[in-house]
Amino acid sequence: MEILIMQVSLFVLALMLGVELITKVPPTLHTPLMSGTNAISGIALVGAILAAGNADGGEVARWLGFVAVVLASINVVGGYMVTNRMLAMFKRKD
Amino acid sequence: MLEIGMNLAYLAAAILFILGIKGLTRPKTAVRGNMLSATGMFVAVAVTLLDNSIVSFELIIAGALLGGAIGAVLAKKVQMTAMPQLVAVLNGFGGGASLGLAAASYLQTLGGAGFAEGALGTITLITIALTVIIGSLTVTGSLIAFAKLQEIMPGQPIGFPGMTGFNALLLIGALASSVMLAIDPTNTLYFWLAIGLAAVLGLTLVLPIGGADMPVVIALLNSYSGIAAAFAGFVMGNTVLIVSGSLVGASGLILTNIMCVAMNRSLPNVLFGRMGADTGGEGAGDEIYEGKITSASPDEVGMLLETAQKVIIVPGFGMALSQAQHAVRELADAIERNGGEVLYAIHPVAGRMPGHMNVLLAEAEVPYEKLVEMERINPQFDDCDVAIVLGANDVTNPMAREDKGSPIYGMPILNVDKARTVVVIKRSLSAGFAGLPNPLFALDNTLMVFGDGKKAVVDITTALENG
Repeated sequence: MEILIMQVSLFVLALMLGVELITKVPPTLHTPLMSGTNAISGIALVGAILAAGNADGGEVARWLGFVAVVLASINVVGGYMVTNRMLAMFKRKD
Repeated sequence: MLEIGMNLAYLAAAILFILGIKGLTRPKTAVRGNMLSATGMFVAVAVTLLDNSIVSFELIIAGALLGGAIGAVLAKKVQMTAMPQLVAVLNGFGGGASLGLAAASYLQTLGGAGFAEGALGTITLITIALTVIIGSLTVTGSLIAFAKLQEIMPGQPIGFPGMTGFNALLLIGALASSVMLAIDPTNTLYFWLAIGLAAVLGLTLVLPIGGADMPVVIALLNSYSGIAAAFAGFVMGNTVLIVSGSLVGASGLILTNIMCVAMNRSLPNVLFGRMGADTGGEGAGDEIYEGKITSASPDEVGMLLETAQKVIIVPGFGMALSQAQHAVRELADAIERNGGEVLYAIHPVAGRMPGHMNVLLAEAEVPYEKLVEMERINPQFDDCDVAIVLGANDVTNPMAREDKGSPIYGMPILNVDKARTVVVIKRSLSAGFAGLPNPLFALDNTLMVFGDGKKAVVDITTALENG
């Protein structure tokens, strides 16, 4: 139970930190912000790796883990690369 | 010992994500921020591979290679005009990944140690159910959003009477399945039922939303994909998932709110209101436009621009549609060579996603200092010689400011009508998404240039340079 309370605290504090941070992002960067957060939501890859490498749940569970690895990897690689591509366009006029 | 090290590495990853987003608060630091965030991801993934519970790596490696390759191709090939579609599918993939891992985790706990008795087991099961529900509706909702943006599906709202009630039933059904699952964890039927009902809910939530409201929908689904990841973090007992999922969730919620404020509508109104689906119509426009439309040729506009000191360009979705961003930049260069000043007025909901116009113009190498937000540009229309409206409609409609009876009354607009001369480049007099006529087109100081956006801009540039 204590762990759950700690996790909920973490969730709420991170949400509040997120609100504080993201209100400061200028509208010009809202599209890269969205693709950048797409990449961050690819953090599900961490959980997906554990699911795909675990044998307890049988074949169906492992393949679900595999699908999760594929989808999360698309987000991580695609998200960071496309964000970088966009941000480079904003940067080159400095 | 290994576990402590892993958790510290996850903490480092979370810090890097936070610093990464902080970098995005300024264009100058944004590239570095993105790199920091990617480094955080690398750290988190690398230490996860050390976990003892992993017995085989084949599927992990195969999945990462496959996904990585698809992601790289998408990121390289996508056109900047198609960014809303890409973000829409990535939202869906994010939700799908959380759905997949939560489902796998459920089956593994079932096949392994089983769920704990009492409150702890119940909480775990409810968390798993919530993760798969949010994940599942994010997947199907994002696919519909993608199909609408890609114009595989018509952009108009699709629905039937009583759809909101139907959606409420789906949600209640999915939640009831979750409760049943918590009572009887081994009955997988309830588990798949919750996923299935949520999948249908994702479809029926997004189908009735029209093309121009997509910025709100994409931002909201972005938030859902983050919340799904955070909930998956509860399921896996993984702190970095919780922290980064919440950051993404918060980001999506803030963008959703910004979009709603910019349209002067509440979120429920966007999601369930179906404004403008069948109001107005072409007939209403004829009266307003009758005999009052002044059309102009690109040559005439070119002559007008020769003497213009201050020009404000107002881009909208039409600029993206006709891929006119590079032509616009060339026109601006020509005006500047002639001694004029050029600024761009960016309405928060111009385009199909937050910041869409900014990215397109950045692609065409327009310096971001020249892209001016609504609040700061509006006072400047008073001393503006020529305002050029390219593919924008509803965000320039003076009825939003003046006509209390108008459905868009109160929506913040760009005051282009205050400019000395307004040039509107548009295919026809057809209404925008709101289905309303735009009295701007009939003003004495408005010139209409009918035709394809890109061609018109190129012709005006040629006329100005040869004039």
